[in-house]
Amino acid sequence: MNAIIKPTSAADWDVARVRRDFPILDQEVHGHPLAYLDNAATTQKPRSVIEAMDQYYRRDNANVHRGVHALAERATTEFEAARESVRRFINAASTREIVFVRGTTEAINLVASSFGQGLREGDEVILTAMEHHANIVPWQLLRERSGVVLRVLPITPEGELDLEALPGLFSARTRLLALTHVSNALGTINPVRHIVAMAHEHGVPVLLDGAQAVPHMRVDVQALDCDFYAFSGHKLFGPTGIGVLYGRELLLQAMPPYQGGGEMIRMVSFEKTTFAGLPYRFEAGTPDIAGAIGLGRAIEYLEKLDWDAATVYEHRLLEYATDRLKDIPGLRVIGEARDKVALVSFVMDDVHPHDMGTILDHSGLAVRAGHHCAMPVMTFYQVPATSRAAMAFYNTAEEIDRLAAALRHARELLA
Amino acid sequence: MSELNDLYQELILDHKRHPRNFRDMPDATRAVDGHNPLCGDQLRLFVKVVEGRVEDVSFIGVGCAISMASASMLTEAVKGRAVDEAQRLFADVHDLLTSDDPHTDPAELGNLGALAGVHEYPMRVKCATLCWHTLDTALTSDADSVTTE
Repeated sequence: MNAIIKPTSAADWDVARVRRDFPILDQEVHGHPLAYLDNAATTQKPRSVIEAMDQYYRRDNANVHRGVHALAERATTEFEAARESVRRFINAASTREIVFVRGTTEAINLVASSFGQGLREGDEVILTAMEHHANIVPWQLLRERSGVVLRVLPITPEGELDLEALPGLFSARTRLLALTHVSNALGTINPVRHIVAMAHEHGVPVLLDGAQAVPHMRVDVQALDCDFYAFSGHKLFGPTGIGVLYGRELLLQAMPPYQGGGEMIRMVSFEKTTFAGLPYRFEAGTPDIAGAIGLGRAIEYLEKLDWDAATVYEHRLLEYATDRLKDIPGLRVIGEARDKVALVSFVMDDVHPHDMGTILDHSGLAVRAGHHCAMPVMTFYQVPATSRAAMAFYNTAEEIDRLAAALRHARELLA
Repeated sequence: MSELNDLYQELILDHKRHPRNFRDMPDATRAVDGHNPLCGDQLRLFVKVVEGRVEDVSFIGVGCAISMASASMLTEAVKGRAVDEAQRLFADVHDLLTSDDPHTDPAELGNLGALAGVHEYPMRVKCATLCWHTLDTALTSDADSVTTE
């Protein structure tokens, strides 16, 4: 009995056509067509993104917000248009709330550093047991600087947050709840709207790490009512080196600068400096202009897709992959939350994930093997590492079939 | 899949499935932890050096097939050797795995020659060399741990 239907190119989601937008997918690796299943590490870029960045350097390159010449004008216009694209994409109220950073990691470090300056010894920050190191270590650095206390919301064996334990973690000293929207190691989609509401009942603002969420679902920061939202361009089919911190304007207004330098000032003398308004106060130095333009173009690409159809297709891919992998002897799926993005983390008896990575690579299958920068999650499941097949809307059921066959081969070879 | 078989040779798979000298050593003269943070491989290598000779060597740990087989083969190769001989062996294995133009002939390394295939997999070289760096640390320094970073 098998109720899972193999996802195919349907009228509503023409995967073959979508794949043609991503030039990199059309290549062979070790004599096999590339099956890129490492999308949680980074996603591939559509042609329009690559061309936009190429065009910028060929035609428009200049520093932003400085010169009055034609190129500076073009570069600034495009850079700020990208900010507007980001604002529209996550439905922020204002572009003043959109801070360009290097990526999710820098976004969280910015909050830990700047918002963190207002925290005192004994103040508390709540994290969860499924965080990426990027949402653990900045808070530990803050703990070292100012003596804040970190509290950790546990997870269940299925890989869901133990929400029953959450109310007990709030105290009069809780200053922030920082958690991931979607787990990079498990694929779990957390009920963040509900969690934000709970936190706000206690007067606690919430930071969401959205790195793994934005590639899979439409995010509306006003509907979520979150206070900070962080994500990376390169996981959203855009370039590396650019990311976004969304911050509620009232909060950002009250926060001190993160780094000092050009761009973030209004007036400088050796006696006193006044800082620029939002969002520039948090953007010291020349930004990654080409990166921002590339991210803007990635968002424009995504906005042209039928997002509902993509979501349905990805969900069918997830069901199909889970079903195919579960049948394989010795294979255990890590992370079986009810609500997941198209990501399957797994371990196989007698086959270490690092060997798995090499063997799958030989079949042209790119998967991630390792601890996924989420060592506490690995510790929880008592595994040193997992293999992770992280799908995007351009992956196919045929690629999943090849993955399943290669996994069986790996077991024959090594077990 | 022929290339893959160069990496996962029968001898390596045999050591992976049945690691030799995989045990704790309460009377070791040195115990050193080796850690590969990239993939999480962790092992503890024990050596018992008596009068300049490696009288006994063993290991425990978790890791990929390459790291476990390399450690298992190390114990067989090093046991009973003079310390300076063991260090020369480390140098030869290191040369074989990391040099683009190795002066070491795999055939002269006995079973260890089976590790030569790892050279073609730059991402996996550290898996094979972890135990050897750990041995080198045990024999030449006072450090209690080593990482591949």
